Amino acid sequence: MHEAGKGKELAARILKYIILIFWALTTIIPLLWVLVNSFKTSEEIVKNGVALPAAIQFNNYKTIMSYPDLSMSRAFINSFIISGSVVLGVVLIAGLAAFSLGRFRFKWTKYADAVLIACLLVPSFATMIPNFVTISKLPVRGTHAAAVIPQIAGNLCFSITLLTGFMRSLPDELDEAAIIDGASPFYVLTHITMPLSRPMFATVGIMVFIWSYNDLLTSMVYLSQRSKQPVCVILSMVSNMFGTDYGSMMAAIIVTIVPLLVLYVISQEQVIKGLTAGAVKG
Amino acid sequence: MKAKRQRTALLFLLPAVVLLLCFMIYPLGKTIYYSFTAWYNFSAVQTFIGLENYKDLIRDPVVKTALRNTAILMAGVLLFQIGFALILAILVDGVRHCFKFFRTIYFFPIVISATAIGLMFTLIYKYEYGLLNYFITLFGGEKQVWINEKTSIYLALIPVVWQYVGFYFVIFLTGISNISSDIYESAMLDGIRPVQKAVYITVPMLRSVLTSSIVLVVSGCFKVFDIIFMVTNGGPLDSSQLLSTYMYQKAFARGNGGYASSIAIVMIVLGVAVTSVLRKMLQGGEEDA
Repeated sequence: MHEAGKGKELAARILKYIILIFWALTTIIPLLWVLVNSFKTSEEIVKNGVALPAAIQFNNYKTIMSYPDLSMSRAFINSFIISGSVVLGVVLIAGLAAFSLGRFRFKWTKYADAVLIACLLVPSFATMIPNFVTISKLPVRGTHAAAVIPQIAGNLCFSITLLTGFMRSLPDELDEAAIIDGASPFYVLTHITMPLSRPMFATVGIMVFIWSYNDLLTSMVYLSQRSKQPVCVILSMVSNMFGTDYGSMMAAIIVTIVPLLVLYVISQEQVIKGLTAGAVKG
Repeated sequence: MKAKRQRTALLFLLPAVVLLLCFMIYPLGKTIYYSFTAWYNFSAVQTFIGLENYKDLIRDPVVKTALRNTAILMAGVLLFQIGFALILAILVDGVRHCFKFFRTIYFFPIVISATAIGLMFTLIYKYEYGLLNYFITLFGGEKQVWINEKTSIYLALIPVVWQYVGFYFVIFLTGISNISSDIYESAMLDGIRPVQKAVYITVPMLRSVLTSSIVLVVSGCFKVFDIIFMVTNGGPLDSSQLLSTYMYQKAFARGNGGYASSIAIVMIVLGVAVTSVLRKMLQGGEEDA
């Protein structure tokens, strides 16, 4: 009886690991497959989709990095300009707004909170067409700013909500002491509230960066100049433009993922925290 | 003194207010207006036509397909992102030493661009060299052309559902780690079995986490775009359209701004309606318990 119980327990344990490992493999195998194929020529891929490359060659990577119309290296520069500006803009504007909502109490504060919650329910599809019209009339048309400004606006509500909540939880004593000593609100923000809120700013910054880097739709809609488009938009065109150059498509996927992989390896905890905090983002 | 503080606070709020007014609230109103107009190719002429767009929408077979596909997606996310993720989280909770390994792997797809995942699955489904056909032949099957009218929506939704399982896995794992160990210990003394532990303790204790996750996955179904755009782009013959991809095509490929706006409005209304009904249902159940 006792022996049978032990056997059953062992079987349950093995089954448990089989399920867990199976799910891990659904991520590992496809990515590994893409990585291996990115080092093969397209003929090799068509002949055998799972074999190892005869010789590791980087031609696919060279192709996508310097393809005249869809250069990934130029797309990278665009991505970092766009996503960097979006992070900077959101942190700055949302930081100021959150300080105003979180550290001052007026009658209108609760209405502002309600408006923010309502804005979270507005999906980007609902504002896309009018924004497209607005952007095409503004002088920013055709520059990186055409994608940056709507992306900042789209990330504001959520970032303000997170930052306001965090700033409200900070103790009042420090501010009061500084104000009695004659400090201006701006001084309180830059010398007391901002340093104390650094962890939340980091969370918001990472969340916004990943969201912006991965965002296909807004860049595709608002930014039609090929030379200004970020990585995701270029990647979305690769399958149409490269025809049967499968090796280059595989390489393009890997190249798109690498910056995110690096970020994930360096600060996994922050990334997971940032993205799960962004759970209700619209 | 107070007036001055008030002025400063308003000043700090100003940039955010301006941006939200110009790129969120004004365009939302504008989309509602456009939805009542006939408006083509982003021209300057918009003709007010009342509810015509909405009437067309009710008769449009593609909208019907898109709604059916959204329902399939909802079933998929509930089954896998909630159900399967919960099972994984309960299983991992029992294996203390390598839980970090599994969490790292499971969460990684969420970090990757949906665009890259879409292209990856497009290649996986390819006939000559695709990974799926390799596994099929490995188990003695015949190679197939995977994407056709009947299968397209399922194949396009597999990566959508797969990508976010790890997300809810992490949310549930955090929820489980917040359950007090006293409860488990007293249950262990009563000789409870692992399955009983999961059913009678872990799941009921996760109730509020489960409620908010269910609301989140279901309302998220209306925002799916990138992967479908990459894998099938709504085709073949509109068989895998969602409201999002259909709206995008109507607006930016076929230049029908009025009709596309009415689709966008339906998306918001349905999203808000489904979310609030679900909230009410789940919270109502909580009071009974």
